Amino acid sequence: MKQAWIIALKDLRLEGRSKDILTTTVFFSALVVLIMGFALGPDTTRLRESAPGVLWAALAFASILAAQRAFGSEQESGALESLLMYPGGHEWVFVGKLLANYLLMLVLAAVTLVTASLIYDLHYTHLPYLILTVLLGVLGFSIVSVFYAAITVNLRAKESLLPVLMFPICIPVVIGAVSATRVLTQNGMMDELYSWLQLLAGFDVISLLVATLLFPHALEN
Amino acid sequence: MKDKITLGLGLLTLLGVAAGLYFALTSPPDANQKDLVRIMYLHVPSAWTSYIAYFGTMVFSLVYLVGKNRKFDRLAYSSAELGVLMTILTLFGGSLWARPTWGTYWVWEPRLTTTAIGLLIYIGYFIVRGLIEDPHRRARVAAVIGIAGTLYIPVNYMSVYWWRSIHQTPTIQLLGKTHIAADPTMILALSIMTVAFTVMYLYLLRVRATVAARVEAREDRLLEAELQERRA
Repeated sequence: MKQAWIIALKDLRLEGRSKDILTTTVFFSALVVLIMGFALGPDTTRLRESAPGVLWAALAFASILAAQRAFGSEQESGALESLLMYPGGHEWVFVGKLLANYLLMLVLAAVTLVTASLIYDLHYTHLPYLILTVLLGVLGFSIVSVFYAAITVNLRAKESLLPVLMFPICIPVVIGAVSATRVLTQNGMMDELYSWLQLLAGFDVISLLVATLLFPHALEN
Repeated sequence: MKDKITLGLGLLTLLGVAAGLYFALTSPPDANQKDLVRIMYLHVPSAWTSYIAYFGTMVFSLVYLVGKNRKFDRLAYSSAELGVLMTILTLFGGSLWARPTWGTYWVWEPRLTTTAIGLLIYIGYFIVRGLIEDPHRRARVAAVIGIAGTLYIPVNYMSVYWWRSIHQTPTIQLLGKTHIAADPTMILALSIMTVAFTVMYLYLLRVRATVAARVEAREDRLLEAELQERRA
């Protein structure tokens, strides 16, 4: 666990100095929210109905940008091999990278949520549940995107390959998070909300297990 | 053909499909859907076989990662190919049935959408295979994607339960209390077809893996010959 923290802190410190990931992803997701707003037209009811979908689509697209940077700095400087030679299992490299990516994605999600709520005029009934939905949904994106970023980092055409591999797997997260957010912004049917949160939590637990176990095979050279 | 098991599976497939078709064509028409229901006798078995094929890819990929025996990599991608084929057949049969029933070939409905996405996952699998040249690395990365992709299959299966919509729930429920809501001959036809398709999967898997083994052997021979030529 200590190795994971060290890797996560290293990545966060790097991000703190360059602010590469946050500036690009925040700007990008704000753009998606705006463009979808223009595309859907000025009808406020329709905007409010589509807002959960737009919000999570923006986060999904932005998570690709963030994940490509997860191994990008090591890849560019040729430090990936050295990183893998450090003592301790490769699982911890994954957990460390995941932690750093998750924290950045949470900041991004918070900013996007506020922007989208202002632009689309959203009101939430249960704030704690909204926070839980965001925590679970963003975790799902982070696990899948960091895992596939590790697979594609050494491949040709990695920029286009990552979304191709990652989006289909992310569909349960998108469906669960969008539906949960819709419940929270519109009808407030709590039974329905619980089953969507269960789907998200189940997906997170299973994909975290599978990704951590498979990661050493995905990256070893 | 020396391989008696493959030959036997092939003959069994023929017999099974013939018997299945007989019952599928002689069973009574459905009360609401009339003769259109007969598409189901091909649609359900192909969907079932696609699940088996994807599950097979996962199992063979796991075995490959444990033992690093190339044979299991060949089986894994042969199985994935069959899965893609069966998913395409499922979607095709489904749309033929949907056009007269729902009035459109395609609706954005959970079962259909999740099935189409399953197809995308395995197309991604083959794209990645095409991008890696070193056979061992290709086999390893493909195995990882094959296992991770299978995670998604339960979502597809459960989609009709989670999202109540236009697609009907399974005719024969596998989960919970067994519940059969159809004429016995229809169930017989469907069961025989499902078994026949399962045997066909095993048969095609063996044939495809044999072909793959020969292709790899030829590639190795060519490589060897090239090396010899350079040394000489």
